[in-house]
Amino acid sequence: MIVEIGHFALVLATVIAVVQLVVPAIGATTRNPAMMAIGGPAALTQALLVAISFAALTHAYVTSDFSVENVYINSHSAKPMLYKVSGVWGNHEGSMLLWVLILAIFGAAVAIYGDNLPDTFRARVLAVQASIGVAFLLFILLTSNPFNRLVPAAIEGRGLNPILQDPALAFHPPFLYVGYVGFSMAFSFAVAALWEGRIDAAWARWVRPWTLAAWMSLTLGIAMGSWWAYYELGWGGWWFWDPVENASFMPWLAGTALIHSAVVMEKREALKVWTILLAILAFSLSLLGAFLVRSGVLTSVHSFAVDPKRGVVILVIMSIFVGGALLLYAFRASELRTGGLFQPISREGALVLNNVLLTTATITVFVGTLYPLALEAFNGAKISVGPPYFNMTFVPLMIPLLLAIPVGTMLPWKRGDLFAALQRLTFVAVLSIAALLATFAIVRRGPWLAPVTIAIGAWVMIGSVYDWLSRIRAFEVGRDEMFRRARNLPRSAYGTLLAHFGVGIMVIGITATSAWQTEVIKAVKPGESLAIAGYEVTFRGTAPRRGPNYQETVGLFAVSKGGTPFLELEGTKRLYDAPRQATTEAAIHASMFGDLYVVLGDELSDGGYAVRAYFHPMVRLIWIGSIVMSLGGILSLLDRRLRVGAPTRARRREPQPAE
Amino acid sequence: MTRKQRRGTLLAVAIAGVSAAVLLVMFALRDGVDYFYTPTRVMAKEVGPGVSFRLGGLVAAGSVKRGEGTKVAFDVTDVTATIPVVFEGILPDLFREGQGIIAIGKLEPSGRFVASSVLAKHDENYMPPEVAKSLKEQGVWQHVGKPDDTKSAPKQ
Repeated sequence: MIVEIGHFALVLATVIAVVQLVVPAIGATTRNPAMMAIGGPAALTQALLVAISFAALTHAYVTSDFSVENVYINSHSAKPMLYKVSGVWGNHEGSMLLWVLILAIFGAAVAIYGDNLPDTFRARVLAVQASIGVAFLLFILLTSNPFNRLVPAAIEGRGLNPILQDPALAFHPPFLYVGYVGFSMAFSFAVAALWEGRIDAAWARWVRPWTLAAWMSLTLGIAMGSWWAYYELGWGGWWFWDPVENASFMPWLAGTALIHSAVVMEKREALKVWTILLAILAFSLSLLGAFLVRSGVLTSVHSFAVDPKRGVVILVIMSIFVGGALLLYAFRASELRTGGLFQPISREGALVLNNVLLTTATITVFVGTLYPLALEAFNGAKISVGPPYFNMTFVPLMIPLLLAIPVGTMLPWKRGDLFAALQRLTFVAVLSIAALLATFAIVRRGPWLAPVTIAIGAWVMIGSVYDWLSRIRAFEVGRDEMFRRARNLPRSAYGTLLAHFGVGIMVIGITATSAWQTEVIKAVKPGESLAIAGYEVTFRGTAPRRGPNYQETVGLFAVSKGGTPFLELEGTKRLYDAPRQATTEAAIHASMFGDLYVVLGDELSDGGYAVRAYFHPMVRLIWIGSIVMSLGGILSLLDRRLRVGAPTRARRREPQPAE
Repeated sequence: MTRKQRRGTLLAVAIAGVSAAVLLVMFALRDGVDYFYTPTRVMAKEVGPGVSFRLGGLVAAGSVKRGEGTKVAFDVTDVTATIPVVFEGILPDLFREGQGIIAIGKLEPSGRFVASSVLAKHDENYMPPEVAKSLKEQGVWQHVGKPDDTKSAPKQ
């Protein structure tokens, strides 16, 4: 019964979404206030209905209702509760429902917080948001219905893929989706602005917080996926340039460009036309990601069900939205008035450089991801584009971007003096060079470029701190004045500083672990040991153990350093009950300088085991950096001036709010 | 600086950035990619020794032999042709006979494939699409489980 209610709510949500699309659109065109007013309540109702539907599916999972095909295929009664719930989005159908739920919630947010938007504009935003909803609701109902019944009902489910039964991965998809779908907000606003033929700084003030929230969520989602891959896949890789990873990385890059260009638009009313285009692109890349992952066109170590029919439908949806938006852009963009002038050497100029580099980087990732598809269609050759390609294209583009961060934040708006900015950064440069020399002194082996990249990371980090110190005039004014300035600095400034600081942390982590990782693979019998990075790892033997829904072989390792024992580690191999699938759980000892990572391999014919040990220097900085970046985003969001719907009621119908 | 000049400068920066990227991409696509071959195509001498590529197929039944230490030898087959493979290291959890895998490495002049890494999907029912396709092309495709069975890690 509850399942049917869920199904019915989904159908009803689709009908409401059609109403939300059509009525406000006509209302906005004919200036009919009553029709425009339908948009808000419709958006709320749609969100409520999708939420009911989602709750019904969750209920089916939690109660292990195996009369539902989706639950039967993806769940098992003996699974821990957390994974019963996360199983809802651990499959194609359920994850689409989550996607639509987030989309509807974003639409409802416009309805709730949007009463300070001009009526026609709000009606159009809601209509565009609804059109995306209609497309995906129909997609679910017609090709991927999670509520399909199984007759006769099964007694037991097939279980969730064991490698997905993991806390980090349980929350990885929702974070990613909030990111992807969050960009729909920017998209709807962009299309509505083109439709209306008018755009002003209030637009950016609206779009920026939502994009920022989406970006933060996407940052955390990607970081979680990377963290999971690191400890779960058994060889300590944290990024593979896998097509599916790239599918999430491209919207992130475009979104990063968007939050920067929206600043220029909000503060200086410049780059309007470009920002609109970026808003369209960011969401288009999210749609592309959905297509790549769900159509099976790309070879990836992780992709969803290979179902050409679904792929074609998503391709059609994507073509309509991307094509339609770009067409509208082509016709309407020239009508938008361009604003604020600036010199090339200025804060605006620096942000343009940021945008050029980030967009170009997005293009290189795009080419690397889709080139195999194009080539196969062209001459049938099957290739895979791996890390060497991305190291050769993406990394060189990131270096000037990183170098420019401290310089850009030092430049004033409108017109700057590059020489003066560089002069102020002398101290930062000296410290970074010191970091370079120190790195050379400590590690003599490894690629020569690595210490340089470490120095670049230091440059970004120290640059952020120095920027803060100079803003509060730390070296010029008294202590009280300094504290006063520190308090009065807007939170968005702290957000920027923190996010950039996080980027620096991450760069150092990536460099250290890529350049100085060590690996030892050895066949060991109980009692034998292997040496890695100053650690002595002794294999003690194995023991069986029973987990909640798996049987595991525990490999015991005693670790000593310089002859003194200091740690015991357990690396296990698990065999899950349902489905019967093996996974490896690495033994990881984290320390300030790096992770000792030990994996129990296959049993060998002579009674020994293949054991693989890694030392990943400073690998944790990668995820710490991403968390710091997201915290920067949160701080920015908390800024009073950026609060959602910041254009106040008093300014309601002014086309150009004074800044 | 007039609006026109400003636009010109921006355009110049953008064009410089994009053309640098295009050069990088063209350069990288020449060296940074691996081609995929099936055993049949390897036997047809489509790829020579010393070139890195991806070999995809099924692990032949009864062919896995463990050597000393972590050395292992097995055959990769697409039924029509079979290539011997050697690998030193730890095989993925889902590596087993009959399973579809991809090995990355180079051919030796003797015709033996030396793999530097071996990939299997994180899912029992998974078959690398290239392998599935080439098996289908040769008419030896047998489906494992139901067609909608290939669910796997949602990275999206």
